Amino acid sequence: MYAQEVKSTGKGVKSLDEMEPLERAFQEKVNADIKIEPKDWMPDGYRKTLIRQISQHAHSEIVGQLPEGAWITRAPTLERKAILIAKVQDEAGHGLYLYCAAETLGVSRDQMTEQLLSGKAKYSSIFNYPTLTWADIGAIGWLVDGAAIMNQVPLQRCSFGPYSRAMIRVCKEESFHQRQGYDIMMKLCAGTPAQKEIAQDALDRWWQPSLMMFGPSDAESVHSAQSMAWKIKQDTNDELRQKFVDQTVPQANYLGLSVPDPDLKWNNEKGGYDFGEIDWEEFFEVVSGNGPCNADRMAARRKAWSDGAWFRDGLMAHAHKKQARNVAAE
Amino acid sequence: MTADPIFEFALRMGDNCLVLGQSVSAWCGHAPILEEDIALANVALDLIGQTRMWLGLAGEVEGKGRSADDLAFLRDARAFRNCLLVEQPNGDFGQTLMRQFLFDAWHHPMLKTLAGATDVRIAEIAEKSVKEAAYHLDRSTDLIVRLGDGSDESHHRMQAALDGLWSYTGELYAADATDEAIVVAGLSDIEEQYKDYTSKTFDEATLTIPDATFMHKGGKAGLHTEALGPLLADMQILQRSHPGAQW
Repeated sequence: MYAQEVKSTGKGVKSLDEMEPLERAFQEKVNADIKIEPKDWMPDGYRKTLIRQISQHAHSEIVGQLPEGAWITRAPTLERKAILIAKVQDEAGHGLYLYCAAETLGVSRDQMTEQLLSGKAKYSSIFNYPTLTWADIGAIGWLVDGAAIMNQVPLQRCSFGPYSRAMIRVCKEESFHQRQGYDIMMKLCAGTPAQKEIAQDALDRWWQPSLMMFGPSDAESVHSAQSMAWKIKQDTNDELRQKFVDQTVPQANYLGLSVPDPDLKWNNEKGGYDFGEIDWEEFFEVVSGNGPCNADRMAARRKAWSDGAWFRDGLMAHAHKKQARNVAAE
Repeated sequence: MTADPIFEFALRMGDNCLVLGQSVSAWCGHAPILEEDIALANVALDLIGQTRMWLGLAGEVEGKGRSADDLAFLRDARAFRNCLLVEQPNGDFGQTLMRQFLFDAWHHPMLKTLAGATDVRIAEIAEKSVKEAAYHLDRSTDLIVRLGDGSDESHHRMQAALDGLWSYTGELYAADATDEAIVVAGLSDIEEQYKDYTSKTFDEATLTIPDATFMHKGGKAGLHTEALGPLLADMQILQRSHPGAQW
């Protein structure tokens, strides 16, 4: 979810008969739903795809701290403040599990950090939108975490063991996050006209970017088939997006908010909603660096990293001194 | 002193936690390394939790129907009773850590002492908070030692932080009539414990306590530095701009 533009490096999906014995054994394991563990043999493409997907997911958690973190100091009650701190802390924790999961594939956290800060690695486009009012904190929990859960629930069954296990933990926390977001929206919608107004405004601004979180339409999605054969991915982008719309529209109705899509209509035949075309041009602009906050987000991460260099170096220097003293004492 | 000393005292304890928790929470997403983002969020969370207990008690003692939120979000700077130390700006990460250590080294023995207070409500809050404060102190002591006795730069930054903040520590343990009205054995020993603990830690950290003995004060009586106003303006914005709204 938080990895929208993952391109696997496989060259089309091979059949079992076309595979060499090692690859065939690997694919048979995947087909039998036996988890692949870090020390098992795996195709290079599988490893690379996973490193990219897991690290993008981790980077999204890290950058994702910023838009919500910006409201911690302005949270309107002590309870909301505590909940928001806990939520942003969970996100940092998710980043940590995910970096650890990626490390089992042979990449270091420093390498991944370098890729994020140099702009080589991507993170989810959603975090390049600004949080302008308190209602945005509600909308992020409700819509963004809602969309994340939609994608991460199937990732719990991902063929790669460490990723699958990380997702099981992450999903438990994400459902709390979604509930706290919806709870903020409920309070606002039952509140003053000004509160209801910011709630509607937040839905208006976050609806489309949330739908974009599922990535490009299946027709345009690169190498989806290979990721599905490897069981890194279980559902197509469009299937997940449809599920999200079907789940979320009744929630908006319950809040008394209107979904900003004139083409939204229940379709009895398919048992789901039809919805309007997504502005993919905007999506690709945001992914390529032209979203409203791309520059700010990257600047904040780079500043945190460079301002913190002395701290990390200081701790290393102490560790070396201590080691030298221990050696001298022996 | 017109107000009930327990009201005043609970405000002091609560405002210390609130103002420090507020500043620490601003690091979320901006710390030098992911583990620090997580740890600082933890500390902030504990402090905000303790704020809710102390300000809840203050509101109850006052008896005018003010909740912990009313006290946190609807008082002006002059009505805040936190020590000046906790309102000092975050600065670089070294200043944030030094401020935390200088506070924790007082907070932990203070809560330990208050757990024996005659007033059961105070004793209960202290009892609930003391484990968290012990963890905060362990963590900040460890970092002060490692960074003080780390690289040249980390040493220099920690020394600069100590030089800048030391003169705000006297107010923590300088007891006045409000403190003395809280009946508890051992309150007068805190100053000595504080000085012992900090000097031992700074020795190990190869840091030097400044020679100057002047100590700022005023926060406990509502006379603050310029730093507090903007911090409250940021924190109180929603409650102030939407009077009476529920969140």
